[in-house]
Amino acid sequence: MIKTESLKKSFGRTRALDSLDLEVPEGELFAFLGPNGAGKTTAIRILTGLSFKDSGKAFVAGVDIDKDPLKAKRLCGLATQNVNLDSELSVRENMDIHGRLFSMSAKERRERTRELLELVELWDRADSLVKSLSGGLKRRLMIARALSHGPRLLFLDEPTVGLDPAIRRRVWSLIKTVNQKGVTVLLTTHYIEEAEFLAGRVAFIHEGRIVREGTPGEIALEVGKWAADTFQDGVLKSSFFADKREATEFLAAAPGGGTLRKVNLEDAFIHLTGKRVL
Amino acid sequence: MTSAFWAVYLREILIMKRRILRQSASMAVSPLLYVVAFGCALGAAVKVGDRSYLEFLIPGLAAMASMTQAFAIATEINVARFYFFAFEEFQAAPVSPFSYVLAETLAGVTKALYAVLIVLIIALLFGTRLNYGPAFWGALLLNSFSFAALAVALAMLVKSHADQSLLTAFVITPMAFLGGTFFPVDALPAWASAILRFLPLTHAADAARAGAFGLPPSPLPFIILACCSLVFFSLALSTVKKARN
Repeated sequence: MIKTESLKKSFGRTRALDSLDLEVPEGELFAFLGPNGAGKTTAIRILTGLSFKDSGKAFVAGVDIDKDPLKAKRLCGLATQNVNLDSELSVRENMDIHGRLFSMSAKERRERTRELLELVELWDRADSLVKSLSGGLKRRLMIARALSHGPRLLFLDEPTVGLDPAIRRRVWSLIKTVNQKGVTVLLTTHYIEEAEFLAGRVAFIHEGRIVREGTPGEIALEVGKWAADTFQDGVLKSSFFADKREATEFLAAAPGGGTLRKVNLEDAFIHLTGKRVL
Repeated sequence: MTSAFWAVYLREILIMKRRILRQSASMAVSPLLYVVAFGCALGAAVKVGDRSYLEFLIPGLAAMASMTQAFAIATEINVARFYFFAFEEFQAAPVSPFSYVLAETLAGVTKALYAVLIVLIIALLFGTRLNYGPAFWGALLLNSFSFAALAVALAMLVKSHADQSLLTAFVITPMAFLGGTFFPVDALPAWASAILRFLPLTHAADAARAGAFGLPPSPLPFIILACCSLVFFSLALSTVKKARN
């Protein structure tokens, strides 16, 4: 459904993407995980036509984005990291303008608006001005808007950034629901638990390259099963063990003790890159 | 093309509708002050040819309003780009640069012609009635189209909202005062008059004034304004195509 070959992009001397090779099959919920500036947003911007690439190839649903950019755009929905709704227009008007941009008929626009606003639980706010909505409601509206023209592929750039935990979980449920309806989803995040909860497969992106790709479970297991966090000489250190008993014994022997927990994706990311995701 | 064009145009018009009262008030302030200060006070004893100064001033103010309000679409576009990121919504949609530029330009024209209407209402309140026929409106339509297209072109080139203010300060404001709005350009020394003939607004003011005074229209200002429209529209197409980073 998404394929990139040696995708490169630089901003001045900064290399944002360095030969990015990616393949996401149809129906998958795929997450790009990496710190700010890793290249996640740049990849999405190129795939959705917001940015030019320097070189390489990119395809969405088999369409070459260079050869037929307008067709490629019709197949994709995008909810950007920045809230880009028209705050002076109502919820319904935002949906309507988007439908017109994608050449939907008046009947289609009406029906899809109702269907999607009900899905994101915003139908009762259809005539409210967007500026009166909370951050969480705006995020849900952005997802509804991105879906209104019936895309086969949904790009979500940091869909829950800045949201409180309760609202974040509602957005996660929505993303899962959308994916279960058959829409392929590619999302970027720097929230570990978001990638772990949502994604069927994740890719660690670091300095513009994919450094590891697989299911969250597979990747985490490469490091070990258990992590023992200790605080030594002013530095937090994590040690990884395949066996819980070994980890417990290690902690018992550590001066000052420590904490035992299960290994997560962040441990794997640090192990591979030497850097934290956040 | 049609649906996407309407989407972009409709968005601007809906936003204008939401702000119509404060926008109308702000569009009325400058012309009202000029009419009171220059038309009624300073110009009360002044005649330009066989016309009162207020009669001379009104078509010039209409031309100036059409220019400034058409150019103001650049601010709307930049606010949408830099603060609300709404431009990304258009970039991610299957909208051709032609549809986008035409829609934004015509949104600028709509606002400009609305501002002209406000100037004419103010003129009427001060007892000035002129001939607002096809030549008058045609000149202002072409003038607003060329400045709205220029605004779209420049809006894509600037890197911040502050840069946009600089363009207004250095291009639009001098033109507003020197482009035949407040005085007859031909009354200046020949060299100065020749320089001011390069400004599109000078031709728009001339053509609007001739139309408003019921004089036979000269084709030259219309040809110049049509050429400006074509050049600025092409420039806007080019800058919109390159607007992705």
